[in-house]
Amino acid sequence: MKTETRNEHFEPPSIIGTILRKLHIDIPLFIALFLAAILSFIILYSTGGQEIAMLYRQAARVGLAFFLMTLLAHVHPYQLKRYSAILFSLGVLLLLAVLIMGQIGKGAQRWLELGFFRFQPSEMIKLTTPMIVAWYLADSPLPPKPRQLFVATLFILIPTLLIAKQPDLGTALLVASSGGGVLFFAGLSWQLMLFSVAILAALAPIIWHFMHDYQRDRVLTFLNPEADPLGRGYHIIQSKIAIGSGGIYGKGWLGSTQSELDFLPESSTDFIFAVFAEEFGLLGCLGLLTLYLIIIARCLYIAAQAHDTYCRLLASSLAFTFFVYVFVNIGMVIGVLPVVGVPLPLISYGGTSIVTLLSGFGILMSIHTHKKRLSR
Amino acid sequence: MADIYSVKDSASERRVFLKRIVASFIVITLLTSALIVRLIYLQIVVHEHYAMMSKENSVKIVPLVPSRGIIYDRNGKILADNTPSYSLELTPEQIENMSDTLQKLQKLLNISDDKIEAFQKQYKRQKRFTSSPLLLNMNDEELAKFAVVRPYFPGVDIRTHLVRHYPFGELTAHVIGYVGRINENELKELPLSEYRGSTHIGKLGIESSYEKELHGKAGYAEIETNVQARSLNTLSENNPEPGASLYLTLDIDLQKIAYDALEGYSGAVVAIDIKTGGVLVFTSRPGFDPNPFVVGISSDAYNSLQSSPDQPLYNRALRGLYPPGSTVKPFVALAGLEYEAINAQQKLFCPGYYQLPGVVHKYRDWRKGGHGSVNMNEAITQSCDVYFYRLAATLGIDHLHDFLKQFGFGETTGIDLVGEKVGLLPSRHWKEAQRKQLWFPGETLITGIGQGYYQVTPLQLARATATLANKGKVVTPFLVNKIVTAHITKPGPEVHKDTIKLASENIETIVEAMVNVVHSERGTAKSIGKNINYQIAGKTGTAQVFNIKQNAKYNENEIDFKLRDHALFISFAPAHDPQIAVAVIAENGGHGGSVAAPIAGKVIKQFLKSAH
Repeated sequence: MKTETRNEHFEPPSIIGTILRKLHIDIPLFIALFLAAILSFIILYSTGGQEIAMLYRQAARVGLAFFLMTLLAHVHPYQLKRYSAILFSLGVLLLLAVLIMGQIGKGAQRWLELGFFRFQPSEMIKLTTPMIVAWYLADSPLPPKPRQLFVATLFILIPTLLIAKQPDLGTALLVASSGGGVLFFAGLSWQLMLFSVAILAALAPIIWHFMHDYQRDRVLTFLNPEADPLGRGYHIIQSKIAIGSGGIYGKGWLGSTQSELDFLPESSTDFIFAVFAEEFGLLGCLGLLTLYLIIIARCLYIAAQAHDTYCRLLASSLAFTFFVYVFVNIGMVIGVLPVVGVPLPLISYGGTSIVTLLSGFGILMSIHTHKKRLSR
Repeated sequence: MADIYSVKDSASERRVFLKRIVASFIVITLLTSALIVRLIYLQIVVHEHYAMMSKENSVKIVPLVPSRGIIYDRNGKILADNTPSYSLELTPEQIENMSDTLQKLQKLLNISDDKIEAFQKQYKRQKRFTSSPLLLNMNDEELAKFAVVRPYFPGVDIRTHLVRHYPFGELTAHVIGYVGRINENELKELPLSEYRGSTHIGKLGIESSYEKELHGKAGYAEIETNVQARSLNTLSENNPEPGASLYLTLDIDLQKIAYDALEGYSGAVVAIDIKTGGVLVFTSRPGFDPNPFVVGISSDAYNSLQSSPDQPLYNRALRGLYPPGSTVKPFVALAGLEYEAINAQQKLFCPGYYQLPGVVHKYRDWRKGGHGSVNMNEAITQSCDVYFYRLAATLGIDHLHDFLKQFGFGETTGIDLVGEKVGLLPSRHWKEAQRKQLWFPGETLITGIGQGYYQVTPLQLARATATLANKGKVVTPFLVNKIVTAHITKPGPEVHKDTIKLASENIETIVEAMVNVVHSERGTAKSIGKNINYQIAGKTGTAQVFNIKQNAKYNENEIDFKLRDHALFISFAPAHDPQIAVAVIAENGGHGGSVAAPIAGKVIKQFLKSAH
């Protein structure tokens, strides 16, 4: 504790640094996120047909997301912990509301209409699920005992199943891994993890039975994309052509022909990585992956530095979920994972995903910048 | 032991946690490396292959849209087909001065500023060599005007594409339905490989029920394109599978007669070929013109249809719910005979009202003075309410419900149209389950004359009539007779036949009474029985729109048109060799005999005339 107090004195007295610290902003993380945002605009300019209006729209969303991040960075982790259960319950209630409204109205619904914007409860659940699991496990001795594991699993399963029912497989997967991440970092034994994987494998046929036709389609297409070049396999084939034709150095900015010629659908959203790989090549991809790894490493560092169990579990799980985000999206675009609707974090066009992501980073910053006062 | 574990060991927890952080980072790095390996494979190892596919002449797969199946009536008249629609398209690359060209075209063809503006927005987003439409759905005059000056407008062309067309318009709107643009929700549930390139989908009626058959399957062509996506040549074609043509049982001439006969009323006419169950007439008035829905109806036009008090968008034949009124009496009488609750010759006295023992309330007859002493034949012929109050009271609601259910009341008919209403055949069980109330004896009485909770659709009424005419062999109505593709001809939906056990002399008694309704001096529908050389069996009905107070007299001149009773009529002909069953409902028609019966009469007359 003493060393940290001293460290504070030794930090270089730059003006920007001071302001950012006052704002509870973690500078390395902030710089990395800012870089990602810039990268996003560069690539969106290319995929969006060089339309400036689209960039303005995205800039407004990113601005809002950064603002929310700063706001959350100010909330003391102690408060987050206190309200974990309430926030989680609220999120589950909203999910139920959406589900019921969807059944009354026609077809699937994922959002609540709140006048000037749409609110997706499933986004909020991405943050509150790791919060409640961390809250639940934090005050008892770790690793968790079977009874606690059971309750924690319920906390994870309830929102996951509700979201899978919407049906939004991608988000369900992210919610499950954010909760599962907490269990992993809480010291869940490796044997138990292997066991759960085995159970899941055994359950696969049952899950298959309950899947929607279009979800089954996606899995089947993943296994054999060439079978239906016009229909289900179209995305993957076109995206592989885009990536492969990029080569080592890429075709250069605005040089993508695949998205330009409308070969590649969803080139601004879920499949934006294909355009990125086509224009910037293998080197660009390595750069982007490095940026992601830096962000993840910084988050894990913050988690390692955190002073209480709740913060540790929450921070590490958020870092882990961010990686799952990256891995699932890129994996699907390069054809090693099935197509589930997950955007490329920080890069894809759209507001919901970036707002949630940056809110998560806000929580991480709060954990990091409040710990000195917490430890006193 | 338990104590040791319940103490929180921060130091050891922190150690475990740090180990996990390290483990997770290793896993993350490994997985990222896997991604990188895959990227290296795609971008270095097989780069040449993909570069070839994408470079210079790349192969583009374009969908080939199947043509939608044609819908015919039973005589081969076209009810829905695809007609060419013309649009004026401009190719920017070939036009020297765009704003000048637009100005000239605007003057020539009287194009609105909005359209010019929309075009300007659209064409700037597209490649210079692809054409963008300026004017859709050009009429003959516009086509002619442009044809004359065409040589002076290089880069401006008339393009043709197929649009669904319904030649009979409002006459078939409720049965054929229409196609419209595929919306987001529909897109999610469609088999994408079959719908690539398709823009429209059946939204209503036959178009929707037989979407799968009518649509066909998309094909695709592999087209060689250069780097600007200009098509160079077609490499291979996988032809689309065109949609199947449908041959309906519907007779459009008969449909027109029914629709015209309903003139002045909202209502529905359904006629069924008794021998097969094929639906001959399926009409709901007012109809609407389905053609604007295909190209996208303007919101003003749609709103005025929506808010029209006559509700033209409402499919009365399929979804309209009405009390059957006295048209249910032949069925109730048959129930009385089958359960031996009454003898056909037995006379009951009708003083003009009926009272349950110990109840003050008078259940009134429509004729204030009563019908005197009537047997079953007379009770049906004159539509005596008191006779049926007493018969219903004797039968009880359970027998009444069970017997009527066999004729398909209170359940869907199984017709091959989506969105059919179930109606309601009240029962003790229904009331307890839905209303949490006991069944009252008085409710049995009004069920016996087709009032109260009882609700039927015109289609159900026609089906029940056809089943009665068919001597208890249950008729299941259907519309599609044949499904014809290039390779095979399939029959329409399979029809299962149940038979209600009925004594033939009992049916004979009922048919005789229904013949008297039309052909005897005291019959309530005698107006249509004159000057015809065949016999019609029928029954009139009047469904109350509102309740008349005790002892008040119903005077149709004094009440608002909208509150007048609905007029109903069920019939089949020829009475002793039944071929066609017709049900008619004319909303606010007042009397079944004077308004609804003549409509059925016209349909039957035309049908028998064309059959011979």
